[in-house]
Amino acid sequence: MNHWLIAPIVLPAIMAPILLMAARHDIVLARIFSIASVLALLGIALALTTLVSDGLIVTYALGNWLPPFGIVLVADRLSVLMLLLTAGLALAVLLFAVDGSDHQGRHFHALFQFQLMGINGAFLTGDFFNLFVFFEVLLIASYGLMVHGGGATRTRAGVQYVAINLVGSTLFLIAVGMIYSVAGTLNMADLAIRVPHIAAGDQALLQTGALLLLLVFCIKAALVPVHFWLPGTYANAPAAVAALFAIMTKVGAYCVIRLYILAFGADAGVASWLAAPWLLPAALVTLTLGMLGVLAARRLSQLASFAVIGSMGMLLIAIALFTPAALSAALYYLLHSTLAGAVLFLIADLISRQRPGHDDRLTVAPRFAQLSLLAGAFFVAAIAATGMPPLSGFIGKLLILDAARSSVAPVLIWSLILGTSLLAIIGFGRAGSTLFWKSTGEAGEFPAADQRQTLSLVAIGLLLAGTIGLTLFAGPLTAYLDATAEQIFATHHYIAAVLGNTALQGGIR
Amino acid sequence: MEFLLSSAIGLLTAGGVYLILRARTYPVVLGLSLLSYATNLFLFATGRLVLDQPPVISTLATGYTDPLPQALVLTAIVISFGMTAVIVVMALRSYLENGSDHVDAPAPDEALP
Repeated sequence: MNHWLIAPIVLPAIMAPILLMAARHDIVLARIFSIASVLALLGIALALTTLVSDGLIVTYALGNWLPPFGIVLVADRLSVLMLLLTAGLALAVLLFAVDGSDHQGRHFHALFQFQLMGINGAFLTGDFFNLFVFFEVLLIASYGLMVHGGGATRTRAGVQYVAINLVGSTLFLIAVGMIYSVAGTLNMADLAIRVPHIAAGDQALLQTGALLLLLVFCIKAALVPVHFWLPGTYANAPAAVAALFAIMTKVGAYCVIRLYILAFGADAGVASWLAAPWLLPAALVTLTLGMLGVLAARRLSQLASFAVIGSMGMLLIAIALFTPAALSAALYYLLHSTLAGAVLFLIADLISRQRPGHDDRLTVAPRFAQLSLLAGAFFVAAIAATGMPPLSGFIGKLLILDAARSSVAPVLIWSLILGTSLLAIIGFGRAGSTLFWKSTGEAGEFPAADQRQTLSLVAIGLLLAGTIGLTLFAGPLTAYLDATAEQIFATHHYIAAVLGNTALQGGIR
Repeated sequence: MEFLLSSAIGLLTAGGVYLILRARTYPVVLGLSLLSYATNLFLFATGRLVLDQPPVISTLATGYTDPLPQALVLTAIVISFGMTAVIVVMALRSYLENGSDHVDAPAPDEALP
């Protein structure tokens, strides 16, 4: 039993109350603690990566109550990859927030730590009900972060965000109840063993429950038709929070990958590949709507929100193909789209700060102080987000296109992906030329902002460096992701790691 | 008993969904509460309906009820209680800042140029 496995949950869970109690009046102390905690999380994630990189699946039974009765944490390549991504993104976002926006409201850092605790827990947990609990932890923290700083528009968007997520939580509970009522277990590995043996009369309940659960994950992943909460939330949240939320949509995608390959995958008998016929059409519509939204956006943060929706569509297309090659491509695109989505919100916020009165609306306005620097950053981010060569978006898109060649509807998928890429390029190009090029011809100039923004620029630089790193090391990375995808599809390894080898032969009944 | 419980869950859900679709925050909050009550009852039912049986091991017991849904319901009650408090506070603040409790009220600073 490796106790480091629970550290990504325990560390922020301890750090948040410390921040609440010891550092509530001292913002400098809070910043130091918060950054130290995220750095430690990054270190732990790296250590866990070396632990699982040779294909080992590590489990941790809480209180030594053995599964399927106790709560279990499971770390395989996929979970640890997500932990690493979370910690990396959190570091960049925190650096951005430390540069000023964290003291616009209270308790930013404590909520930030709770949010990380929920996200890490959701990636590590091995049973549904615990997944529900960690979803609630990350949601409660996100409610606080969402309205951080206040303001009428933000609060109104916050209420809508809370309401939709409460409905989502209710559906989650109903789905968990349905699955439990016929399968009699909450452990994912145990469920995977039991699903093929569910009686024909109970299949309706089981499949309804599983599809309700899919709906809940799709709400988190902002898939059409349950995507409508995302633009309002992300565009109105503080930039640092919106950038962190880029990982929240991926929590939904992660759960789809985990559950619908493990428990409702190839070995599930009647219920095998339950999610595929629903997921693929929804993902295709999501991609189209998201990129149309990019074209129609009137503010840069709105454009970034719709780009996130579009990228979720692309990601879930790759997931919905349910082949190892497509999943490997999906994981690459997941890494890329998280970084590219997050950096767009940060750039939009810096632009908005320097154009008082115009904010980040796509209007022609006088020049502002850091025009050329931010234009350069936006250019790189836009190339990555739209999937133009040479950056990581292009490689991700190419991998997905390649994996879609042998799918059910290759022509449809290819034409939609390529067509929406064009829409995205036009949308981003229009936004960039309005904000930067047309504005250079205007008379006058916005006064330079009085606050220093070094750390914000460092944060943006880190995220852009991440995208460039994904491009440069695409070779070894895709090899690793191929291995990850194969591990996910070899579900018997996961089940054996959680329940022991006897379970597979029907030992536990 | 089966009919009583299932019709209660159905009525609570129907009422909850109706109220959630209202345009003002107060009915929405009430609707969410009703929906969470329906969910709690539903979770109880997932352990099958059993009368007068203990959930934990006892020498006098003739049979047992499933203890797990009860644990789930407890967790769900705590979480939904906390969440209701959060949304009440946020709805109140939204009302005070926007001057309207309409969930879609246009904010004064949202007018585009």
